[in-house]
Amino acid sequence: MTALALPSQPAAPAAGARRIDRATAEPAWVRLALIGLALAFLTTFLFVPLAAVFYEALRKGVVVYARAITEPDALAAVRLTLLAAAISVPLNLVFGVAAAWAIAKFEFRGKNVLVTLIDLPFSVSPVIAGLIYVLVFGLQGWLGETLRDHDLKVIFAVPGIVLATVFVTFPFVARELIPLMQAQGVEEEEAAVVLGARGWQVLWRVTLPNVKWGLLYGVILCNARAMGEFGAVSVVSGHIRGMTNTLPLHVEILYNEYQFAAAFAAASLLALLALVTLALKAWVERRFSH
Amino acid sequence: MPLLLRRHSVLPGFGLALGFTLLYLSLVVLIPLSAAFLKTASLTWGAFTAEVTAPRVLASYRLTFGASFLAASINAVAGLLVAWVLVRYRFPGKRLVDALVDLPFALPTAVAGIALAAVYSTNGWIGRLFVPLDVKIAFTPLGVLVALTFIGLPFVVRTVQPVLEDLEPELEEAAATLGAGRLQTFARVVFPTVLPALLTGFALAFARAIGEYGSVIFIAGNMPMVSEITPLLIITKLEQYDYAGATALAVVMLLVSFALLLLINLLQWWTRRRRAAA
Repeated sequence: MTALALPSQPAAPAAGARRIDRATAEPAWVRLALIGLALAFLTTFLFVPLAAVFYEALRKGVVVYARAITEPDALAAVRLTLLAAAISVPLNLVFGVAAAWAIAKFEFRGKNVLVTLIDLPFSVSPVIAGLIYVLVFGLQGWLGETLRDHDLKVIFAVPGIVLATVFVTFPFVARELIPLMQAQGVEEEEAAVVLGARGWQVLWRVTLPNVKWGLLYGVILCNARAMGEFGAVSVVSGHIRGMTNTLPLHVEILYNEYQFAAAFAAASLLALLALVTLALKAWVERRFSH
Repeated sequence: MPLLLRRHSVLPGFGLALGFTLLYLSLVVLIPLSAAFLKTASLTWGAFTAEVTAPRVLASYRLTFGASFLAASINAVAGLLVAWVLVRYRFPGKRLVDALVDLPFALPTAVAGIALAAVYSTNGWIGRLFVPLDVKIAFTPLGVLVALTFIGLPFVVRTVQPVLEDLEPELEEAAATLGAGRLQTFARVVFPTVLPALLTGFALAFARAIGEYGSVIFIAGNMPMVSEITPLLIITKLEQYDYAGATALAVVMLLVSFALLLLINLLQWWTRRRRAAA
């Protein structure tokens, strides 16, 4: 705790600035009241619900908790969640690097439109993200009959879950890399080319090492969303236990069956994932700024 | 000459990178999204308007947009306060608090939903405190407001925080020298500078709230006409195989989202200009 309590602000201005500080600082009671208000708000809306997840998960004891997270359906849900993330994160990583390379290193018309289109999935409701894949791949959809003739299933099956996850995590890596690579300019890459580097060499030896923290940051956020997505996968999953249930869907099913302890046990795994994500994010941010 | 050089870059891979980007964007995002609009185009105009203005649908718009607007307003006030406290003051555990502000981004919405329902129900830790006042939070429209406030908070904090950090102390010192009190300085100097960022954060929180599903459905109660949000209505129609009805609602929501996206881009452009001028 003590380490965390250290001030994160840049060092206070030198002694001479102290007197000026007083004229532009609030009285101590105002400061305390504002800090108290802010913490009270965060406590009621963020901290208490977070604590409740772990409290409810362990309320019936460790044995119930352990059984809930090791039963076959829970393990199948964990496996499917990991699979969806393992496919969608690398796909969006490759896309993010390609998009950032084109947008940050070259000038072309329509660039702003392209950047806006890449952000589009963030402004689409997760429910609609699922719906549009049903319209394309569902039985009534564009490719429905073709898929049925070839005995392929996308909706209410694993491919649909992966597709929906790819959609909702689509912009994460690209939107971290684009501004970063734009800020870095093209001089280093041009120097590498002049010195005889080939295309992939420039990317591997010059560009990617320069953006590695931004890349990692995007991947962390992308992965958290991929493993936690609920609305979009809910629409395309069909909720078949042990088959098409991701961990968040497993939580929903248990909760709707009034198996609260088990639902919160599964939810606690996702809450832990969120806490690890936040810790990694804070760590990368600190490396980034130095 | 330098301009020409930039256009005819010596760097390789432009065609491949842009080609892949456009292909992937089309396959994953643009073509599936166009399916929603094409499906709706198969409806007649009369059928479409009947679908998107049915009483149950109108009630869901009122709840979705009303609660989202209120939640974004709460977030604007509380978010500004939290950002101010995090930038200006020191207190124990500040770094931890700063990191946890992003919890709503990182916590899966289903987990947030069941946790909020547990905490704000009549026998939950916080819901219990409102029982003597005869106020029920979970399973009423108030529950929807709580969930939307939860998910929108980081948007305001994270857009306002960098602007507050960049604020020149000289401005406030000048105001103090000229005889302004702290409150006056805040209202006349600080607030106008952070206003564009605050509005951007508000719009981002609002845009996120209207599409939100996971954190809301567990705490809402989901009663038609009372506590049923539009995204849930889309799923209900879908489960009844009413694809045309579900898609018509989705198109309305998409059009609102796109309008908001445009507004947010304008606000961000305004924020950047303000910051560059400051």
